[in-house]
Formats: sequence, C-alpha cells, structure tokens
Amino acid sequence: MKFLDEYRDARLARGLVEELRRTVTRPWVVMEVCGGQTHSIVRHGLDRLIPSHVELVHGPGCPVCVTSLETIDKAHAIASRDDVIFCSFGDMLRVPGSRGDLLTLKGRGADVRVVYAPFDCLRIARDNPARQVVFFGIGFETTAPANALVVQRAKLEGVTNFSMLVSHVLVPPAISAILESPENRVQAFLGPGHVCAVMGYTEYEPIAARYRVPIVVTGFEPVDLLQGILMAVRQLEAGRHEAENQYGRVLSREGNAPAQELIHAVFEVCDRKWRGVGTIPASGYRLRKEYRDHDAELRFEVAEIATSESPVCISGPILRGAKRPTDCPAFGTECTPQRPLGATMVSAEGACAAYYASGRHLVLPA
Amino acid sequence: MSSTPFGDCPLPILDHKQILLGHGSGGTLTSQLIESVFLPAFGNPVLDRLDDQAVVELPGGRVAFTTDSFVVTPLFFPGGDIGHLAVNGTVNDLAMSGARPLYLSAGFILEEGLAIDDLRRIALSMRDAARAAGVQIVTGDTKVVGKGSGDQVFINTSGIGLVPPGVLVSADRAQPGDAVLLSGTVGDHGMAIMASRESLGLGGTIASDTAPLHELVACMLDACRDLHVLRDPTRGGVAATLHEIAGRSGVGIEIDEGAVPVRDDVRGACEILGFDPLYVANEGKLVAFVPAAGADVVLAALRAHPLGRDAVRLGRVTDEHPRHVVLRTAVGGSRILERPYGELLPRIC
Repeated sequence: MKFLDEYRDARLARGLVEELRRTVTRPWVVMEVCGGQTHSIVRHGLDRLIPSHVELVHGPGCPVCVTSLETIDKAHAIASRDDVIFCSFGDMLRVPGSRGDLLTLKGRGADVRVVYAPFDCLRIARDNPARQVVFFGIGFETTAPANALVVQRAKLEGVTNFSMLVSHVLVPPAISAILESPENRVQAFLGPGHVCAVMGYTEYEPIAARYRVPIVVTGFEPVDLLQGILMAVRQLEAGRHEAENQYGRVLSREGNAPAQELIHAVFEVCDRKWRGVGTIPASGYRLRKEYRDHDAELRFEVAEIATSESPVCISGPILRGAKRPTDCPAFGTECTPQRPLGATMVSAEGACAAYYASGRHLVLPA
Repeated sequence: MSSTPFGDCPLPILDHKQILLGHGSGGTLTSQLIESVFLPAFGNPVLDRLDDQAVVELPGGRVAFTTDSFVVTPLFFPGGDIGHLAVNGTVNDLAMSGARPLYLSAGFILEEGLAIDDLRRIALSMRDAARAAGVQIVTGDTKVVGKGSGDQVFINTSGIGLVPPGVLVSADRAQPGDAVLLSGTVGDHGMAIMASRESLGLGGTIASDTAPLHELVACMLDACRDLHVLRDPTRGGVAATLHEIAGRSGVGIEIDEGAVPVRDDVRGACEILGFDPLYVANEGKLVAFVPAAGADVVLAALRAHPLGRDAVRLGRVTDEHPRHVVLRTAVGGSRILERPYGELLPRIC
C-alpha cells in the first residue's frame, strides 16, 4: 500500500539500524513522546532492533491514559443520566474511573455511543432534539481542531442540545515538566508528529535550547521512528540540541495555521490535571467564555469528585519516563488490560498496554 | 349505511407487513409465516412434512455435529447478510472437522416489528447459501419477542455432516514442524461490518468474505489425508485462532507478518481505526496445520480453488515457547501475538 509500505521497508529499516550502530558511541536515553509511537515501536519490535546503547523510554503522549480520574468520573456521571446520549472515541470507553467504565455503564442501559468523527454528534443531536448529546472531547492538540470546529458549528447553527466535556491536554508543558523533574533521565525526545502537524514545532525550539535537549519531531512508521532515533542520536553525539523535523512529508515548522486559528477561537489555555502526573500549569484547553453554553461540565453541574489511584500502580513514573512497565510488580499479573490498575494499562497506546499486547509480560524466546 | 350496529364486520388482517407477537403464537399467523416465507425458501421432502423433528438417513460412519447463533448489525452488509452467515458459519464449523455437511436446522428469534420482506430476503439468502453448500435445511423453529427484547432477527443453525474415514482433524493435533497455511486475505468480514455501520462513515468498498469452505477442505484432503488442524478464524481473527491452537496442542507457533495477505482497502480501514487485521473477523477463510512434507501440495490445492487462490504459508509450529504465538515483524523485530481481550474499539488518533 502506497505511503505505508515504504515506511515499513525491511531493507531501509536495516540500513537505519546499521547507521545507528555506526553512530552511537555511548549510552543515551531517548523518549518517544507519543503513545502512537510507543505502540508502533513495541508492535514492530524496534526497541529490540536498535543498539542496546540507545534506551527508549515511553512518554506521556497517550491522551486516553492521562485523562484524569475526576474527568472520567464526570463522564460517568453525565452518561448515567436518562436524558443524555454520551458520545466518545472508542478507546475511552474501557478506561475505568473510580465508579467503573463507560462500557459497563452502556451494558447497564446508558446510551453511550462510539463515534469516530466528533461531527457525528451534531447529527445525533439534530436527530434527537429532546435529548442532550454530549461528546467526550479529549486528546492532545491533534484532535483539538475538529473538536473546536464542532463546538463552533453547534453555536452557529443553534444546536443547543449539544455540549462537550472538554479535557484537552498539551504536549510542550508536559515535556517541560519531565525535564524539570529531579528524577529525569531523558536526554532527547522524539517529538509528536501528529500534534506538530497541527501546531508546527516552533514551541519546541525554546525547550530544546533552554534544557539543551535534542527534539526530533517524528512520524509513526518503523522507518520514521528509526530515522528519528538516528537524528536524535546524531545530535547527542555531536553535542547539538535543536528542534528538528523528521516528519517533513506531513508537517512544516509553522504547522497548520487555519487549524491553530480555529483552536484559539474556541479554546483557551488552562491548568490541567494529568492522570498519573498531577496538575501541570497551562497544560490544557478549555472552552472560551463565548462557548460556555456548550460546556458539559457547566451544563450538568457535575461536582468535583475526589478520587484515588491504586497504591501499587507506577503509571506516574512510567508517564514521566522514569520507569518502564516491566519494572512494575503488578504488570501482567495483578494489572492487565482486562483489569487495569492505572492509566498506562487502559488504552492501546498506553505504555503498559502496548507492552502487554505484544506479550512483554511473557518470556520472549531468544 | 352500516348493515350491523357495529359497522361492516372486519375480517382479520392476514396480509401483515411486519412481524407481530401473534406470528409466534403457534396459530394461524405462525402457519402463514411458515407457508409464505420459510417453506418457499427451504422446502424439501423432509421439511415439508412439518413434523416436530426431521428424520434423515445417514450412511454409517462418524458424524460431526455443531451449533452456532448469529447476531449481527446491520442485517444486510456488503458481501452478504445474516442469512448467508447463518448457513456458511455452521457449514464451516462442520467442514473444519473435514466433514461433508449434510443437514441444517434453523431457529429464528424475531423481534416484533421486523419487516416481513426483510425476513423473506434473509430466508432466500439462506436458501441460496444452502444450495451453494449442498446442504438441506430440514427442521426449524420460530419465536417472536416483544419490541425492544431483541435486535430484529437472531438465527441459530445446527448442522450435521459426515467425516470421511481416516480423517482426524482437531485443534490438539498441531506438531512441531507443521506448516501453518492461511487460505486468503484476512479481516474482510469484520471491516465490511465496521464500514457499513454508518457512524464510522468509511463508505462501502469492502465486502464480507462469507463463503462455505467444505469444498476447499475436500480439495485439501485429496492432496493430503493427514491434515492436523483446520480452523476458520472468525471472531478474534487469526490471532485468536492461532492462540487457541497453540494452547490446545501445547506447541509454539511462529508466523511472518510479511506473509499475511490483507486487501489494501481492509488495511487502509484498519490503519485508520487502529486495528490489527490479524484480530479482525473472517467468515470465508481457514487456517490449516499440515505436516511439513505435505505443505506444498496442500498449498497448491488451496491455490487451485477460487476460495483459496490467495493462500499463503503463514508460518510454522515449533517446540520452543509452547502455547505462545510469536510474530516476526516485517522490519525484522518480533513480538508475542497476544490473545485479543474484548471488542475491538477504534482508537482516538
């Protein structure tokens, strides 16, 4: 398949691994920021192909994982109402809050629907004028433009029975938080390709300069990832620290200007609590005042819910790159995708779930 | 002017367009449904007797017997419908023992309000599928549940078939050294269903692969009597099937990701939704475990049949890592193929 097979080409991949082997002279720790990158690395076994000098640690870029327990509980409370049709991306449904997950709620009779495009919610809202249609608006900058557009359209067209439970998160503040952490080991980052397709990577240049870390914005296919790793290691070996672009076929330095305008018209930056990490200042989006009529949190007055995580779970350090899934005693035993204890086991793109799906809880043959 | 104090005496309405609870009452409406929908579709000398059971002749030998229930939304999808699935699914379950399928039963649970035209269309699909598979539907049952207690139509089919002498196919017979063959592209059925659910708006170029596989199996058995394992990878896809076989036989399985045939449109849809085609359902494919010495002839026999023309050698059985399926990735890495753990859910981005 065009635009896919080229980036999974075994010969190209081997060439990049060889080049990496020739380039690396000492140990380096590189973090891939995005859950999609983690998933691809583990799925294709890339971390086992590259020289052992290069350690890959997995970042916080799984929007499903980092959505706070409180937000999931709010979603649960809203979706439980008889007058509500609750719409969500599929992989959010299995994420357990402290009162259970949305899939179980659906099984008990709540009207919970999987949508692929947020725009479907407007159609559902028009088709069900007597009911409240709520969309679970989560994600990084990648999903923000489409979510912004839906809210804007709902306001413009007077679809008053539509609202959004917004829990958007932003990548650059999370990278800064990791670098500020005293336990930080990360020496270079593979930046989030799809986030930067929207936002460009100008925001990453001051971070690279300030913390003296290479940031290579990277795609998601094996050849992309291997090339991104090689570019990061070349910078490390040469003592450079720049924001570079591996994913040039998709994104430019400035990103997608109309999408950014749309985001800023509808959302404003706010503090956001990340599951497993805590509150990071200025790390999320919420709806601007003009769009508050479509804010599900205000419409349904879901009270702040106090929650607590499992004491065993180490998803916080995993999301910060300080630990790996296999460092956790509960991994694959007490904690599995069927019964996740914490954030990183809940979505396919969470580091623990990616490890589990690829059998890393089992002993792999030599 | 009325001729009676109550107006014209109304005759009972017989020409209903929708299923009513009365169609399951055992009375006139039930008989009418059987005579207008089921007998015209399925009629044969055994069924036409309308006894409480079918009495059929079987030559001596080993009998394969299976049952399966079918619930699918939407009822009609590109490449087939619930009727095709209900016949082919049970035919294939029989065929995976090496059996020649002979007779099926068909039980219908209908939801009040179902359009009778839809039911007729499903019955005619079942007729066509049964003809194509060379089986007869010889007994059946119909029940009606109230609106909201079902989802339009549920169908159960049971089937019996005869296993030829000397054939012993079972999921516990995979042995180290066996070749693992796959009869064609994976993921077609699951993605056809997914794409035809309007909420995903993927359009409809992908068609289900629903097909009866017993002839293909017969061709394989002609090539090599000693097939060890046959399975049709339906729900959970090839991954779930291989997992089950590795567990039942206590062996390790190694497969090559690069060998897995996937249609471009199926692959594209899987990429968009974040699915691995190895976990997506098929309804017209089989996985075969064959002694290494017979692998080439069986592969040739598969490829000579229209339903197996895209067949591949997928991998091999090993005595290493028992009960695990290891996938060699196209770029040279490896991973353990885990068992799927629930419904496939599209991912966020």
